[in-house]
Amino acid sequence: MVESHRRVIVTDEGPILVYGPVDVEMPDGTRVLSDRAVTALCACGRSGRRPFCDTSHRRRVRDEEGEENVP
Amino acid sequence: MTMTTSKAPVLPAPRGPISEGVLSALRGNRPAVPSVDGSPPYGDDLQLALYCCYELHYRGFHGVADDREWDPTLLGIRAESERVFLDALRHDVPAGTDIDAELDALLVENLDTFGVSHHLRRHGELWQLREYVAHRSLYHLKEADPQTFVIPRLDGPPKAALVTVQHDEYGAGDPERTHSKLFADMMAELGLSDVYGAYVDSAPAEMLAEVNFMSLCGLHRGLRAALIGQFATVELTSSPGSDRLVKAMRRLGCGPAAVHFYAEHVEADAVHEQLIRHEVITPLLRAEPELTADVVFGVRSSLFLAGRLEEHLFRHWRRGESSFHDEAEAGKP
Repeated sequence: MVESHRRVIVTDEGPILVYGPVDVEMPDGTRVLSDRAVTALCACGRSGRRPFCDTSHRRRVRDEEGEENVP
Repeated sequence: MTMTTSKAPVLPAPRGPISEGVLSALRGNRPAVPSVDGSPPYGDDLQLALYCCYELHYRGFHGVADDREWDPTLLGIRAESERVFLDALRHDVPAGTDIDAELDALLVENLDTFGVSHHLRRHGELWQLREYVAHRSLYHLKEADPQTFVIPRLDGPPKAALVTVQHDEYGAGDPERTHSKLFADMMAELGLSDVYGAYVDSAPAEMLAEVNFMSLCGLHRGLRAALIGQFATVELTSSPGSDRLVKAMRRLGCGPAAVHFYAEHVEADAVHEQLIRHEVITPLLRAEPELTADVVFGVRSSLFLAGRLEEHLFRHWRRGESSFHDEAEAGKP
């Protein structure tokens, strides 16, 4: 089935999921391609592999001190 | 009668009476059915016996007839061994039904956790990293295959989403990009044999048990939800671990194929995590809420078995010893 609109899922806590291949233009004009069936685009700004999600949005904790806000 | 020959692995060496019985049956004999009762459930003998039984459903063995896959003697030994393995897991892994809490716990990065990937990233040695990759080859040279068995056991949205993940695992139509091929390329670059099955004789029981758990759940429809729990555990924890292994590979001066395998998994599994949670587990449990406990069982069993492998590796490496079961056999097809 060919959908007339591309499916995009905005997750609560993490990336934006885009269905189908994407051609992403970065702020400096460089283009990054992904031909995965689904691409996870970083929405938190913390990814070390932007524009893609690398799960850096995850909550980090220590055994004793509870939550730590490490970017 | 067709025989598996060409590239299939040779039969491994037995590790006790159960695996001896299985190997004898694989060679076409009619052995007395060995008793599995009293055999350590996570031990070398029982786990190798299971591994050999399951391998018939994947690539088979050199010189072993293809129809042994459905040989009643082998299926009988397999069922008995599975019973012992499953009973032990149900005993050792606490039951639970709070799937949200279970998955949330996997999504938190504990900065005080120190596992094998942390060790390899910071100060592991190259020989340790090579041993780790050699052990993991038992799964990664057939990466995604155990989970593919579950596809026809699902329906509707969970099935479609799982196939999307598997399509990515299998290189999206490009055989050069299948994750198993990327792993083989890394092995060759690290000076390891990339021949399927070359590290079975050298694999510790703990590694056999991890792969056997996937095959067990993949091959039993009644354990399909446990398989989803197992897969979720891998996909949810893989990205940060893979990122540490990218850094380990770079620190130890490994080549581009080695870095690429784990770099690919940082990105791919960040996607797979979302799909497994929201597109597989959520609709699956909405349709069949009675499967919740099995998903939790799959998650906890995976963590338990992975923990046992980590303990095995650290126990040996701390003493400066090899973690291979039989070091002399490592890499021999």
